[in-house]
Amino acid sequence: MMPDLIDALLVVVLALNLFALGSSRIQSVIRIVAAQGALLGAITLLMHEHLTLPVVLAAVAAVVIKGALIPAIMIRSLRAAEIKREVEPFIGFLPSIVLGATVTAACLLLAPALSGSGSSPSLVIPASIATVLVGFIILISRYKAISQVLGYLVLENGIYIFSMLLIEAIPLVVEMGMLLDLFVAIFVISIITNHINQAFSSMDTRRLASLKE
Amino acid sequence: MALALILSPLLFAAIAALIPSNRARPILLPIAATCHLAMTILVVARPYLASWPSLDFGPESWLGIDAPGKLVLLVVSVLFFCCSIYSVGYLRYREERSNRVFVSCLLAFLAVIGLVAFSRHLGLMWVAIEATTLSTAPLVYFNHSKKSIEATWKYLLVGSVGIALALLGTFSLAYSAQPAGLKPSMMTGELMAMAPSLSKPWLHAAFILLLVGYGTKMGLAPMHTWKPDAYGEAPGVVGAIFAGGVTSVAFLAFLRVYRVCVAAGEGAYVSSVLLAMGLFSMAVAGLFMVGQRDFKRSLAYSSVEHMGILIVGLGIGGPALYGTMLHIATNSLTKGVLFLSAGNVHRAYASKSTDEVRGALRRLPLSAGLFLAGFLAIAGSPPSGPFVSEFSILTGAFGSRLFLVGALFLLFLFVVFLGMGKTVLKVIFGRPPAEVMVADPEAKSAPYRDGFLTVAPVFALMALVLFLGIYIPAPLDALVREAASSLEASL
Repeated sequence: MMPDLIDALLVVVLALNLFALGSSRIQSVIRIVAAQGALLGAITLLMHEHLTLPVVLAAVAAVVIKGALIPAIMIRSLRAAEIKREVEPFIGFLPSIVLGATVTAACLLLAPALSGSGSSPSLVIPASIATVLVGFIILISRYKAISQVLGYLVLENGIYIFSMLLIEAIPLVVEMGMLLDLFVAIFVISIITNHINQAFSSMDTRRLASLKE
Repeated sequence: MALALILSPLLFAAIAALIPSNRARPILLPIAATCHLAMTILVVARPYLASWPSLDFGPESWLGIDAPGKLVLLVVSVLFFCCSIYSVGYLRYREERSNRVFVSCLLAFLAVIGLVAFSRHLGLMWVAIEATTLSTAPLVYFNHSKKSIEATWKYLLVGSVGIALALLGTFSLAYSAQPAGLKPSMMTGELMAMAPSLSKPWLHAAFILLLVGYGTKMGLAPMHTWKPDAYGEAPGVVGAIFAGGVTSVAFLAFLRVYRVCVAAGEGAYVSSVLLAMGLFSMAVAGLFMVGQRDFKRSLAYSSVEHMGILIVGLGIGGPALYGTMLHIATNSLTKGVLFLSAGNVHRAYASKSTDEVRGALRRLPLSAGLFLAGFLAIAGSPPSGPFVSEFSILTGAFGSRLFLVGALFLLFLFVVFLGMGKTVLKVIFGRPPAEVMVADPEAKSAPYRDGFLTVAPVFALMALVLFLGIYIPAPLDALVREAASSLEASL
């Protein structure tokens, strides 16, 4: 295990969060989130002392699903919808970067309190919580259905960071099940976003407002 | 047997996806449900059969069933059996629409229900719960209308985010062993064993995240927002599966977490949070039910209320646990009656607003009668199953000297009774609207008449609900007691 290298890579993950918050082109955000997911899959390899077949399998599956399959599905539905940019979000792009940076800084400051003792890399828990919160910011502040899905993916990436601390407690079957669930979720959600686009001629979720009290 | 129980519905789902005939496909539902029910009864009655024939589940295995798991599996299997027969009748009215996805997803849902019941590994259980979200989302979307898209979208997004938080909670729970120098684990058995030395801050965080996460699936307020939309837009039979099946399974998942937290000596903290959350859900449900014009949405709020009741019962603990476990069964079965009969009324009137739906008792005497009976049962009128379980929870509250909780519980039940009663009575009584709508504009088929397939299963469920109100058979009583004491033993 290489704690320093892992911490350095997690800083890259946190930087990608801020890029995702600041980009108005949806295609760039898809790429950024894909890169983040693939990087996280690769980091899991560094968490192990000895590389065994299940470990490599799980990492490869994560890289392929998060880095290639999911972005491919999302870019397809983006093309079908013929949209390029997110409209000005509920929280503007610049304010959301500032908010994201503040949240990240707060998590890093609280890091000593959050991380338990032990030899694990010190950034894992703060990076995980910061990424989950950034995912929430994207989820809440964006209007386009596809951008909200990206927020959900960032949230999932944050949870995935946490799982690195629990490698021994999560068997391969369960890990694969989690990835499969994520993949199917994105698949089903993409079908629905396509139908939203066809039925409402827009992916703006503000139009989904007929069901209320 | 456990593997057969989990995998056989998946096999049927695959067959359903391959059958080309829209007319023949729904027949698979009752076949699969009968097999499932038979195996479930065997597993519940003869526990040693669960690991039969060769795979012996030791304490180390990820698969194994506990008493609450048995209870929930049995209840959901019975409900699914009735729903499967109803579905055959229902899908005959919807022949214009392909039911390939509908039938396959219903069967896949049955498979994952089994997996949740048999999960000892919290990670595996999470995977199964997330799979219930994914397998039920296409069911909400069955009508392909704009409104059903909206409902499906909200359900998927809110459900997925909620479940993601539950995963974070599951990880926090496993990690809570780390600060004490113990090996992190997600096996319920190991977690129970080392519960007293788990790190308290992580345990609290895990409990809250899991309550929010699985509470979203159950539909506890304030995470219930997807629920009226999804229940309102989905076909009645899907509503029954949601309100009786999905919610019970999510509650089962939460029960396993609850046991660990209680074993860790956090009983007081846990029960104060649960009481607040449960009473809040009951209050919110009551508030939204008053003046509700859409009778299917009204049923959704009733489901929010009853999830609140389960959580309150769990929060009271001790003497209320028997009633809480029994309430899982009585609530599920009664919700089946309500949603299935409401589905029939909806079909006959092509509307679910009390502005148009009136006098159902004249047009559909059977369905409307069952709807009324279901309402009286769910509101807790004797002699019905929910009366017994709600009364037992209430006496538990007073027995534990939680007088304020008991009083609020009664008050909210009363508000809900008035609110829901007004909506239901409008639907049932009065004069049917003069111009008879010939057919559902979406369905383009003959107007709905009560038929054997769409009434008999509802009738059977109602009979069960009444039966449980009068007499609880000894084996079921033993199972409920075992489930209740498994929650209490760790106190």
